[in-house]
Amino acid sequence: MSETLLKVDDLSIAYASEQGALQALRHASLEARAGEAIGIVGESGCGKSTLASAMINLLASNARVTSGGVIFGGRDILSVSGEEKRRLRGRHIAMIFQDPMTSFNPVLTIGEQLVDFQDQREGLSKGEKRAEAAAMLKRVGIPDPERCLSRFVHELSGGMRQRAAIAAALLMTPEVLVADEPTTALDVTMEAQIIHLLRELRRDYNGAIVIVTHHLGLVGELCDRVYVMYAGEVVEEGSTEEVYHNPRHPYTQALIACDPAHLHDHAPVLPTIPGRLPDLVTPPMGCSFAGRCARATGHCRSVAPAHVEVSPRHFARCHFAQRNEARS
Amino acid sequence: MLTYAIKRIGLALLIVIVVMLAMYAMVFLVPGDPASLALGPRATPELKQELMRRMGLDQPLYVQVWNFFRNAVTGDLGYDVWSRRPVTDMIREVFPNTLFLGAVAMSIALVAGIGLGCLAVVWQGRTIDRVLAILSVSMISIPSFVIAIYLLLVFAVWLGWFPAIGAGEAGDWGSQLRAVVLPAAAIAITWVGYLARLVRASMLEVMSANHLRTARAFGLTEAKIVLRYALRVAIVPVVAIVAVGFGSILSSAVFVETVFSRPGIGTLITSAVQKRNFPVVMGSVLFMTAFYLTVVTLADLLMAKLDPRVRDTLRG
Repeated sequence: MSETLLKVDDLSIAYASEQGALQALRHASLEARAGEAIGIVGESGCGKSTLASAMINLLASNARVTSGGVIFGGRDILSVSGEEKRRLRGRHIAMIFQDPMTSFNPVLTIGEQLVDFQDQREGLSKGEKRAEAAAMLKRVGIPDPERCLSRFVHELSGGMRQRAAIAAALLMTPEVLVADEPTTALDVTMEAQIIHLLRELRRDYNGAIVIVTHHLGLVGELCDRVYVMYAGEVVEEGSTEEVYHNPRHPYTQALIACDPAHLHDHAPVLPTIPGRLPDLVTPPMGCSFAGRCARATGHCRSVAPAHVEVSPRHFARCHFAQRNEARS
Repeated sequence: MLTYAIKRIGLALLIVIVVMLAMYAMVFLVPGDPASLALGPRATPELKQELMRRMGLDQPLYVQVWNFFRNAVTGDLGYDVWSRRPVTDMIREVFPNTLFLGAVAMSIALVAGIGLGCLAVVWQGRTIDRVLAILSVSMISIPSFVIAIYLLLVFAVWLGWFPAIGAGEAGDWGSQLRAVVLPAAAIAITWVGYLARLVRASMLEVMSANHLRTARAFGLTEAKIVLRYALRVAIVPVVAIVAVGFGSILSSAVFVETVFSRPGIGTLITSAVQKRNFPVVMGSVLFMTAFYLTVVTLADLLMAKLDPRVRDTLRG
């Protein structure tokens, strides 16, 4: 098995809010290995963005780490000094942002920004950095890189912007690449092209890729392993193949059943998961999914289930994990 | 960019023409004819006739308008009815005073406004921020001539720190500076309030923007992020408002100069209106309109230079 580059270990993060501490992330653990792509899926508010922010060490100012940490290069990057945090960003752990339109500065050209983003690189002149940027733009499939460098973000098409964002993240060949909803802002054809591009880049990239999305298809296309999140917890993890074909947690099963891509043609009604996310200020005592689960018993509501290994490297946080065989 | 510049300048010229036509309309809408108002009840018809002729009011309206514009293009704005001096000379004499007043007022407004705005950002949501909010709104709401009267009363009459009238001795910078402080402060206060609010809002918006998060995610230093990434975006609305503000500062100058009996375009226009000295009124108003539009147009072009998005929305 390849080397683990980034490890999230029992990480809990709470946000200060007027109602009290909002426990956005509870005891989440994951590993990103060299040459591997992992996917983190879940609905809005499940804590996946908080997890992504923690991985690039860019937590909001009202976030507080209540347990665990993010281990990179042998130390917990969440507890290093501010200056060291800054040095890790971009150079070692980079991020592809969700909405490239607003993620680039509107009054600086793409070129100026791509040069600035290499500030951490020493021994390169401005011109060399610009040439690096042009080469990277070319690599992500931008036909006329020089022209793109002298443009402002609003002058690029949606697909170009996303390509430029990917190029920015790859500029310094970081060990870990975190992509937060890399295709959400795109239309379907663009999305297909970007998935194709990411897949190609994966082939000659030796770092770890983390893809954070609500889009099951994207994870299915690109990732080796998947982590399903619900209400701040990792509820199921395993190889993508295994989790998609033999989901053991009722939430994962429901999520897959609701994915429009899996529906038969002309389904009269789109299936949904009834109920809503539990209150994260006072998370439920038992299983966090119990309130929406058809199979929940009194035991589920009072005792939190363990993360059970149902088969090698396939875990599910459910009391019935061993018995929850795929139904269809 | 060039077509944009040409468009802006064309629009400015059109506005000048419309303003001058409106001025003519107002002269004719003022009750009673200007000559008898100017001369008073004891005027003889001959005197009236003579004055009407001197002001050019005896000719048909379109001839008057045409002559005015034709002369204005060559830099001739007509003659003072009473002293027979060229209006251009009179403007040239007093305008530096107004410009100096405006520039000092604008500097006070910029320094204090941006300073207070940043202070409010740093202490956002705290007591200082709330006090500043109340203070700024009060500053915006009180008209400058009211402030002028109170400043005059407190600092010139009671405390005697600054002179109450005039623009200071010619050639003596010290006395000129002392004389400009109170009127400039009176004009600036409104703009201190505006700018403080604007800078606060603009900085807060930018500081939470996604692109700053990106810059942080690439490990840029905080100094570079604030100075290169945030300020460049936050300054755009400030430039826009400062240009408009300069016009408004010049119009407050009309009142404030009168309160402080300070020579300037404001006192020139006010006294000319009182004496029904129409060539002086028309000339000074045309000059001020042209000056104001030049400033606004330059600011628009500067905006387009600073913010590529403005440039593009206005290109087509």
